[in-house]
Amino acid sequence: MTFFIEVVLSGLMAGVMYSLVALGFVLIFKASGIFNFAQGVMALFAALTLVGLMEKFGFPIWLAIIGTIAVMIALAWLIERVMLRHLVNQEPIILFMATIGLAYVLEGMGDILWGSDVKVLDLGIPQGASDWMLDSFDIYIEKLEVFAAVTAAILVAFLAVFFQKTRIGRALRAVADDHQAALSVGISLHTIWVIVWSVAGIVALVAGIMWGSKSGVQFSLSLIALKALPVLILGGFTSVPGAIIGGMIIGVGEKVAEVYVGPFVGGAIENWFAYMLALVFLLFRPQGLFGEKIIERV
Amino acid sequence: MIYRETGQFKANYQDDQALFPIDQDRYVIFGILFITFAVVPYLLNQYWLNAILLPFLIYSLAALGLNILTGYCGQLSLGTGAFMAVGAFSVYKLMVAFPELGFIPLVLLSGLITAAVGTLFGLPSLRIKGFYLAVATLAAQFFLIWLFNKVGWFFNYSASGMINAPPMTIFGVIVTGPEANDVAKYYLVATFVAVFALAAKNIARGRIGRNWMAIRDMDIAAELIGVRPLIAKLTAFAVSSFYVGMAGALYFAVWLGSAEPTEAFDINQSFLVLFMIIIGGLGSVLGSFLGAAFLVILPIMLKNILVDGFGTDSALSAHIEIITVGVLIIGFLIVEPHGLARLWRIAKEKLRLWPFPY
Repeated sequence: MTFFIEVVLSGLMAGVMYSLVALGFVLIFKASGIFNFAQGVMALFAALTLVGLMEKFGFPIWLAIIGTIAVMIALAWLIERVMLRHLVNQEPIILFMATIGLAYVLEGMGDILWGSDVKVLDLGIPQGASDWMLDSFDIYIEKLEVFAAVTAAILVAFLAVFFQKTRIGRALRAVADDHQAALSVGISLHTIWVIVWSVAGIVALVAGIMWGSKSGVQFSLSLIALKALPVLILGGFTSVPGAIIGGMIIGVGEKVAEVYVGPFVGGAIENWFAYMLALVFLLFRPQGLFGEKIIERV
Repeated sequence: MIYRETGQFKANYQDDQALFPIDQDRYVIFGILFITFAVVPYLLNQYWLNAILLPFLIYSLAALGLNILTGYCGQLSLGTGAFMAVGAFSVYKLMVAFPELGFIPLVLLSGLITAAVGTLFGLPSLRIKGFYLAVATLAAQFFLIWLFNKVGWFFNYSASGMINAPPMTIFGVIVTGPEANDVAKYYLVATFVAVFALAAKNIARGRIGRNWMAIRDMDIAAELIGVRPLIAKLTAFAVSSFYVGMAGALYFAVWLGSAEPTEAFDINQSFLVLFMIIIGGLGSVLGSFLGAAFLVILPIMLKNILVDGFGTDSALSAHIEIITVGVLIIGFLIVEPHGLARLWRIAKEKLRLWPFPY
């Protein structure tokens, strides 16, 4: 039983890590209807920049983080200026392809700027097993994953307040609801897009820090985007709570399946199990768990 | 002046419904076919045939398949790499088990097997659409590749997990395996592509193709006027997978010779083929060819220019290459989101009037 709880808990924690990436997708999809494939590469790029600033320029941690945030905001501005502005009113698939192109560019740029070797990211985040949990409940939990879960909770709370209480947040929700109506009451789409891509960039930075501390900053970090996709379809493309809960369901399902089913079919089922799980959910709820109901008219 | 239909009268229904109703189109097609089969193999050297034309033709076939699904029927799929793998692995198993059948029937058979698998993975499209469907097709991508990696039966329990194409002959000429004749390989692939490109053009304008396009443009409206979405979507998946499966079979057996599932058929293949049809033009047979040509030749050209021309080291040039491809894709989507085929259409309009202003 303890083992089962351990598996479920570690699944939950891993799920939170997926949610962090999925969150960035949801933000951009909500505000601009763009399915941003580059989110995973953005996380890689942010982590690379952070490590690069700390190693090459000897920045202290807090300065490096601020510097990286500045870089991500500049990047968002650049993306809006060079790419999105010219693609207004294009079909979703065109925008999707453009973000894949963006992913290529960011990947190559990150490698050229900061080198393509595996880097260690050490921000002083506690690592190793939590002694307290091990002593009192005999359950093994990674400190880093607990830290990630707490960070995710803070991030979501912050985003919720930002969306619900601030002026910009209201504008963001208006844009998400209806582009044209938002334009007609004087909300600038361009500004909103820059803001939302900046926020997604910062979320990517958080995801990059967590994944980077866990497994080093390397190219495979950009592949976590692929892990976040089933989370998205499970939770719905447009729902922030969906991303979190979807991430947890995927995380738990994946771990439980890997431990209890994996050995019978040869293992390494993590890669596709999440997709199958999400697919089964989709058959019952085509818009995801929390997605908006799609009403179609002819 | 050059390209105009004025004066070309149709005397019967057969002429009216010809695949290329205008004379000039017909001349161009015959010209291209003539150049492809009679001029190119004797003009170009081995490097050109093997490194550029063969992948170009094979990717054209794959792009054609995906274009049927995404361009004509509007169902976004990211599982092309996996379906190519299905084609490759089924042709491998068939070549080992039934070599007496001959290579061409085996390729067709592996296409049929892929069509069955594709139809199976197309079933979710009845419930979900758009990006949800795209992500669902990723399930096919990851699941199938995992299957080919894990289940020994597919690669005949070879220690490395690789599959190697055994030599096979057509009319006594070896077309697969290491001793294959380059010109024979070229002829084989070119024949496949030519036949099935014409077939695709025919299917697309017929009843099935128009059903697909109705579903693409608005599925509910199509359903209301009597197009059955079940049939239309599943036939699109089947026909598309048939093409992609044959492309995968040729890709493995004729071009690569040996393959390993995670390397040769990963998700980047799916994206590559998707890029081809987006850059070439969605819903256009010509576009599939143009897109494949663009994306096959571009990386080779970039590499040649960077490594040989400027002497950059290969790691850096790989990075520059990937950035350039990304920038070109974004630039292309901004300048002409409807692809190269659209440029050709505009050129045709211009040619009708040229040299007069209107």
